[in-house]
Amino acid sequence: MFFRTWILGIKSLLLHPMRSALTVLGIMIGVFSVIALLAIGEGVSIKAQKDIEALGAENIIVRSIEPPNDSIEFSFSAREFGITRAEMNQMKAIPTIAQVIPVRELRLQFQYTGNALAEPRLGRLVGCTPEYQGINRLEVDRGHFLTHPEKQATVCVISAELAKYFFPYEDPLGKEIFVPAKKNRFSIVGVLKEKTATGAVGGSLSGQDFANDVYIPIETMRRLMGDLEEKRSAGSFERKKFELSQVTCKVKDVKDVPKTAKIIESTLRRMSTDREDYGIIVPFELLEQARSTRIMIQLIFGLVAAVSLVVGGIGIMNIMLATVTERTREIGVRRALGACRRDITRQFLIETIVLSVVGGCIGMALGVAFPISAEGSKVLADWLAPEYYERIPTYFREVVPVLVPWSFPLAFGISVVVGVVFGLYPAMRAAQMDPIEALRHE
Amino acid sequence: MGKAVEIRDLTKHYVLKSETVKALRGVSFDVPQGDYVAIMGPSGSGKSTLLNLLGCLDRPTSGSYMLGDENVAQMTDDDLSAVRASRIGFVFQSYNLIPQLTVVENIEVPLYYMGKLDSRAKERCCMLASMVGLGDRLDHRPTQLSGGQQQRVAIARSIVNDPEFILADEATGNLDSVTTEEILQLFERLNGEGRTIIMVTHEDEVAEHAKRVIRLRDGHIVSDERNTDRVIAKSSVEKVAPEDAESAVDRSESPAT
Repeated sequence: MFFRTWILGIKSLLLHPMRSALTVLGIMIGVFSVIALLAIGEGVSIKAQKDIEALGAENIIVRSIEPPNDSIEFSFSAREFGITRAEMNQMKAIPTIAQVIPVRELRLQFQYTGNALAEPRLGRLVGCTPEYQGINRLEVDRGHFLTHPEKQATVCVISAELAKYFFPYEDPLGKEIFVPAKKNRFSIVGVLKEKTATGAVGGSLSGQDFANDVYIPIETMRRLMGDLEEKRSAGSFERKKFELSQVTCKVKDVKDVPKTAKIIESTLRRMSTDREDYGIIVPFELLEQARSTRIMIQLIFGLVAAVSLVVGGIGIMNIMLATVTERTREIGVRRALGACRRDITRQFLIETIVLSVVGGCIGMALGVAFPISAEGSKVLADWLAPEYYERIPTYFREVVPVLVPWSFPLAFGISVVVGVVFGLYPAMRAAQMDPIEALRHE
Repeated sequence: MGKAVEIRDLTKHYVLKSETVKALRGVSFDVPQGDYVAIMGPSGSGKSTLLNLLGCLDRPTSGSYMLGDENVAQMTDDDLSAVRASRIGFVFQSYNLIPQLTVVENIEVPLYYMGKLDSRAKERCCMLASMVGLGDRLDHRPTQLSGGQQQRVAIARSIVNDPEFILADEATGNLDSVTTEEILQLFERLNGEGRTIIMVTHEDEVAEHAKRVIRLRDGHIVSDERNTDRVIAKSSVEKVAPEDAESAVDRSESPAT
């Protein structure tokens, strides 16, 4: 009996296959867009989260910020800024902190005298401790990373890109990298694996490019180069003094992170009185932020998609109103043959539910295929129009849609609700018809 | 013999723009079981109103309407639906089959609304379809049938619920004379089997086939008399009917089928 009513609904819909298909299309697009948009939102937030997690949730990063050079006067005295070793020691004293890892970075030209073909290359000279490897998740390809016994030695570890550039046919281990600006040589003890640049996170941490890095022990750097930097270029002469570029504080317990960040901030504020020459990055807080951003993204995308579902629902209502008018005679006949109002309501409601459920199912099937088709369309775009594809920001190119499991029951549920809500009015209108009038209808 | 219908002082007033139209002004008559009544009258006589009341599609303003042993005059909408499903068989002028259903499914519709659609129902519907000469077209859609064939399906549908009476509203109005004859013959056969038929028509040739003619004018019964010179539609045809009827129908069939 029940089954029969449904069969009847399907039969009635098949009487106008084109019309039914178009109506289904509306709901299908709605359901698909709910699933697809939520998947894109999820992909974006997962990527953001990964970037933040790469910084380590248990870490607090304090970076020196070079203040803008606003003095017009020529000055011989060096500009002093940044985190000092004294400040670092203060941080070390905070009981919730397990470890502080200092880093000092310089932008310099590197050279390999054994390869005359290779021009000097600009890169980052990073003075660091062995722990640096762990916090930046650097992987060693050959040799080893800096070790504690080597903390005074003139040794270095170079990036895969530099190794490839300077030593295309040689084993870099044991060779020396020359820094012309400082007239220092560092013998290579390790080569890293390639590492992709990290994305900029939360707007406060710029992306880091590890491609042209040379790592040396920070104590060696201090011994050989001091804290003073001189920069000479045409007509200008600049001296700046900074002790550390960055200090990464590893907190013992993740839940102490926000508290510890506050302590660090107040410590630094007390010590470097009037200067705002540092920035504190708390990946943990960024993570929390990213989580709430994720809810926001999902909400906005969900709303946009819901609008398209409602539009689909209005399509259903429109069609059902037309159908009811068109089938007035049938309604009259059914009423005459003994159908009560409830039977008529049910009959038309079932038809709308069939439409919306079919649309919902197809939409869900398309939704499942969405991540694959999205990847496919990227490949296709790259193949058809590489020059345009290249112009899309890397960030968007790298986003991979991730299906959100709950979006399926949600989208399906909404489509059924839309079917019922928008089907109810036409169905009730059908049921309220006077059978005598309906029978007379041409 | 019991009464199928007993009507007493039935009135029906409509209110149109603050003006009351008295469509029926007190109509009384009985229809015994097994009778074959034609209701006639010019337009505006209250014929259609009476038909709607007899068919339980509407409620009278006053008066009583006993259908079998039940007073259906002031029933609720749902109860009237149930009465229509189980106790009245409708045959309409324009056949009114449901286009998306097959012949058998169309015959089943009243059973469906009675809630009596079981495995035996289908068998019975097939049997009825054969009885009206459409045993070989059980799975055809109404659009694949000629007018006469559609009307025969409608007649099969009208008796599937074993109704108190068959209510035919200009049942032959859309048919040519040959097919009309055929349908009237089918009615006579059903009447001969003991079924009560009430037929509304404005054609004298059709009314001549009934046992009794009630004439209406201005909401009153002006005459109610037995048909003395009743015409029997090709009474001898009954045995020969299937082939004969088929060929007659085939002539009126559209070339598409």
